This record gives sequence, C-alpha cells and structure tokens, in this order.
Amino acid sequence: MDAFTTFKGIGIPIDIINCDTDQIIPARFLRKDRKDPEMHTFLWHDLRKNPAFIFNKAPYNEGKVVVADVNWGCGSSREGAVYALNANGIRAVVAPSFGDIHYNNCLKWGVLPVRLSRDDCDTLRQQLHEKPGAEVAFDLEAQTVSGPDGTSYVFEIDPFDKYRMLNGLDDYGVTREYDDQFDAFEAKHKTEYDWLHGDAQTPR
Amino acid sequence: MAGKTLFEKIWDNHVVVARDDGKTLLYVDRQLLPDWQHRAYDALVAQGRSVRKPEQNFAMPDHSVPTTVTKVEEITEDVMRIPVEELERHSKNFGVVHFDLTDDRHGIVHVVGPEQGITLPGLIVVCGDSHTSTNGALGCIAFGIGTSEVEHVLATQTIWQEKPKQMRINIEGELGYGVTAKDVILAVIGEIGTAGGTGYAIEYAGSAISTMSMEGRMTMSNMTIEAGARFGLMPIDEATIEYVKSRPYTPSGEKWDLALAAWRDMNSDADAHFDREVTLDAAEIAPMVSWGTSPQDVIQVTGNVPDPARESDSDRKADIESSLDYMDLTPGMPMTDIKVDKVFVGACTNARIEDLRAAAAIAKGRNAQVETLIVPGSGLVKKQAEEEGLDQVFINAGMQWRQPGCSMCCALNGDIVGSGERVAATNNRNFRGRQGPGSRTHLVSPAMAVAASVTGQITDVRKLMEGE
Repeated sequence: MDAFTTFKGIGIPIDIINCDTDQIIPARFLRKDRKDPEMHTFLWHDLRKNPAFIFNKAPYNEGKVVVADVNWGCGSSREGAVYALNANGIRAVVAPSFGDIHYNNCLKWGVLPVRLSRDDCDTLRQQLHEKPGAEVAFDLEAQTVSGPDGTSYVFEIDPFDKYRMLNGLDDYGVTREYDDQFDAFEAKHKTEYDWLHGDAQTPR
Repeated sequence: MAGKTLFEKIWDNHVVVARDDGKTLLYVDRQLLPDWQHRAYDALVAQGRSVRKPEQNFAMPDHSVPTTVTKVEEITEDVMRIPVEELERHSKNFGVVHFDLTDDRHGIVHVVGPEQGITLPGLIVVCGDSHTSTNGALGCIAFGIGTSEVEHVLATQTIWQEKPKQMRINIEGELGYGVTAKDVILAVIGEIGTAGGTGYAIEYAGSAISTMSMEGRMTMSNMTIEAGARFGLMPIDEATIEYVKSRPYTPSGEKWDLALAAWRDMNSDADAHFDREVTLDAAEIAPMVSWGTSPQDVIQVTGNVPDPARESDSDRKADIESSLDYMDLTPGMPMTDIKVDKVFVGACTNARIEDLRAAAAIAKGRNAQVETLIVPGSGLVKKQAEEEGLDQVFINAGMQWRQPGCSMCCALNGDIVGSGERVAATNNRNFRGRQGPGSRTHLVSPAMAVAASVTGQITDVRKLMEGE
C-alpha cells in the first residue's frame, strides 16, 4: 500500500447515520476487480442516482476526504468499499465511529480512518456545507486533523497501525519476521490442543 | 485478580506474538472460504505466496450460486459461474479442502462450518464474511475479516488483532409463545443499537440462552455483527457438546475425551470482568419486525410504524423520515397493515433444520399468497428436510423449494427483490438495496415470514398458531 504521512483534500460531508458498506458500494460491484477502470463510479453508486446527493455536486465531486456520521462502514466485510474510496483518490475518512471490519480494511489500503467526537464531526460537516470546496488536512505523525477554520483536532490511532501506514507496509512482511515464534507457538498448540491435531484433522 | 471470560481464555490460547504496542498476532485454527474470496487467492498468487496450512482451510461456493442449479456447468451467467470455478481451481491447486455443488456437504459457509465440525468450541475461526460471528454459537472466537486479511491468513495461518472489550448480554426468563431466537436478537439490536457492540466481543448468557437450541444460538450469534460486534459467543454446555459430537471433523475416540476435558474449563469464570453488561427480560420479547433500513429499526409485530415527529434527537428524526420514505410507510400505521410482495426463508441467519421445521409448521395446510422462496442452508439440511417431508409441505403450499446457497440475502446469484418490491425475509440486513436496487426488506423469523406468505401481509404468527 501507499505510505500515508500528510494529506490534504476537499472535504465531502456525508450526513448519513449508519452508512453501511452496501451504501458505499452495492454488492453487485464486488464481482469487479479492484483495478477495474470503472471502480471510481461504484462509490455510493445507488445514492448517486439522486441528483441532489452531495458527491454529484461541484466542488464536492472533487473531494478527497470524507467526513461522516456515526457507525460509518457498518455491515458487510467487503473490502470493495475501500477500493471504491481509493479509486476516487479519497485517502481519509473522519467519523465518530466506524464498523470494526471496515476500519481494519481502511488501514490495509492506506485510507486513514480517524475517530473524532460526534460534536467535532458535526462541526466539520457543517463547515464543509457552509464553505463548499473547503479542505481538511491530516498529519499522521502528529496525529492531527485540521478543519476548514484552522481548528486542529488530535486523534488516537494504534501505534502499530500508525507505523505500518507511515511506512506503507503490508502485514505479511511484518508477520514473517516472527516465523520463529510461529514455529514455537505451533509446537505448544499441538500439545495444548492435542485433541485438534494429528488424525483429528481428517474427517471421519 | 479477576477471572477470565470464555473469549479471553480462547484468546490467550492463541497468542503467537503480543507486541508491547497492543497488537497481537493470533493463530487461526480454521478458515472458511466463500466463493467471492477467490480474489484473496488471486492476490496470493499475484504476490507469489503459498498457503501455509492447506488442511486448516475449507472452501465452498455459496454467495454466487443460483439456487436452481445442481452443478457448476449449469450456471449460465459468467459473473456467477466464474467465482464458483475460481474458488475450486485455486483450492485444488493449493490442496485446500473444497466441497463442490455436487457434494451434499456444500452450502452457506456458516451453516456448513458447525455442521461438519469444522467449527468447534475453543477454536479461532475466521472467514472473509461478516456473518462469521454465527460460528461463535459453538463457544469459539469466530469473526469476519476483509479480503486482505483472508490472503494473510492463507499465507501465514495468523492474523493481527487488538483485543476487544468484553460485553455480556443476559436474556433472563422464559420466551413467550411464538417467540424465537430471531426475535430475541432483533430485540437485542433494538435495545443496544447497531453500533452498541462496536469494539466489543459479546457473550450471551441467562436462562433463556441455556434452554435455547444450538440453531437458535447460531441465529443470535449471526446477527451479533448487526449490533456492531464482530464476535458473538455462547457458553459451552451440554447442548453444545451434544451438537458437535460425531460430526465429520470433530475429534473422536481418545481425542474426543481430551476435547471434552479442555472445553469443560473454558467457560467464563464466575468472577470474570465484563466492561458492559446488559440484561433483557425474555418474557417481554414478542415476535419482531423491522420497519426501517437499519437492523436497529425494529418493533414488536403488534406495534405501529414510528412517528418521526415524536423523536427529539434531530439527526435520528431525519434518519427515521428518510427510512420511512425509502420504505414507503406511513407514520403510525399498524405493522400488520403492511402488504408484502415476496417472502424469503433462508440465509446464514435462518436456514438450518429447526428454521425449516418452524416455517413448515405454519405453511402446512395453507397457501402462499405471494412468491415465496424456501432455501436450505446446505445440502445436508436439504436432505434432512426432505426426509422429514418438509419440502412437500412447502411445495403443497405453493412455495418454491430451492437448492442450497445464500440466495436472496446478498442478491448475487439471480435471486433478487425488484425495485420498490417489499419482502418479509429471514436474512439479517434490511439495508437499502441490500436485496436488489430499490428493494424494501422487513426482517422477521422463519415462522413470521411464512405467516406473511400465507396472508400476504405482516401478520402476528401467534394468531396462526392458535388452535394447533
């Protein structure tokens, strides 16, 4: 994945509570490859059928940051939700809370998921409505978000997730550094869970 | 020092690496692979990686399978056939266990996992599907992951996780007449909200859980993700042990005795600490129906469609208005005045034998008023139902008895709800467009779904049960 250090882009306020991943990308587009040239059109595909939907309007259609409401990305585990964000150059989502699986999926593909309070998210969305085209800026090292009015907000992120995003590392390389521990664990597990191993792996 | 929860004990048994910064590398005992995760194999191949423990991975087609076919050659549409073929091709290349469409063991991953004894108490089970929580009903850590994580598990048989907080939900007392596990979990989601369990592992407890069947427990664990929690564990008790005994991948002989001894010590300690505890009175739960576009938008069947004018929170008010507009419902109208166009009984929520028995009990001697699909969760569930004559009950009632698969729940296989159509369905999500663009979903139990089928509208199933 691409490393994430700092990022700045036009903010798109999404005023939908519980915006599930079926809204972010309808299931039928999961049949498409991640690199499909049309991937950018799948984002909010069915919501975009409504001409009044914010991503249909300039300058929000050039937006690169989503500011959402509670429980953004709940529902299905589909990683396509992140591919569709990425295909539009959207590298960060700010919300009061995220679906747990979607939050992890964002981290895997270099989209920064930022949790701020509900009040702060409300304020940011309001400012983005009042000043179309206003930008939101991120500094991952400093763990800060800057809103359109210059207010800076500090956010929390797991240190390991931060390290991987700053360096653009995928899990695999990190995991294989622990191969010795893996072998030692497996030997122990085969003793502790002896009922599961050996011929117990073969169906009767 | 406080004792440990069931979740914490299983977690501690699977720690490969615990980093100081809080991330833990966990060992995965078994992974389930549904067809659309053939893309995880694609990614694995593209990176030049291999499957570390093929015998601990189990693949089967479900999401993309039309419920009218019995073998892959009969699938005419490329978008459905290719995922099924690709899953099989990759699985065979890597030596991963694969159940194809001609094998009675195939079906929806979360039905087949427990049914085959692939899912067992005390294990860590993952799958690239959010409803993996279903498997937690057997007393294990089972959770949904994204495609990148599926690829990582294939390549390493491990996964990086942060330990979730612990929540216990107690269902105390006796369930009322006509009230099922589906109604209980809908009531739980209505109570804590669809983000109420975010960041938590949920363990269920209480007298109504102790007396609940394993099928019912799986229904509750299944929809735990709809409450925001990826994990929904049930305690390991006699019902669990009776269920897992003698299944194909369950240990046997001496290994079975060792397993029993291990499982006996795994339940949550009496002094285990839960970060949050919620208690519901079983007697107050009635048959439930969803009215909106989130699984928390539920009400008892005897209730009325909510009125946004009576909501004080302005965001929630706008949310209700928007949901009712999408659902084409009038505030204050009785739920039982809602007419349906279709009925669906199936999905990993409610496609096990007990669900089909409950559905057949209402269908018997009555006639479907709208198109009704009955879709068993696996080849073996289908076979069992046919041995019991349930298929004939459905067919005689004018309902369609289909081949196993995810069917209308994910709308990826030809079974779809049309735009503007309304369905009473036993699946787990009533999101906008979930069952097809413009579809309107009312989540219900299998008995309630069939009650809607034979009357053409949302109906209190208890009225149809009277005199039986």
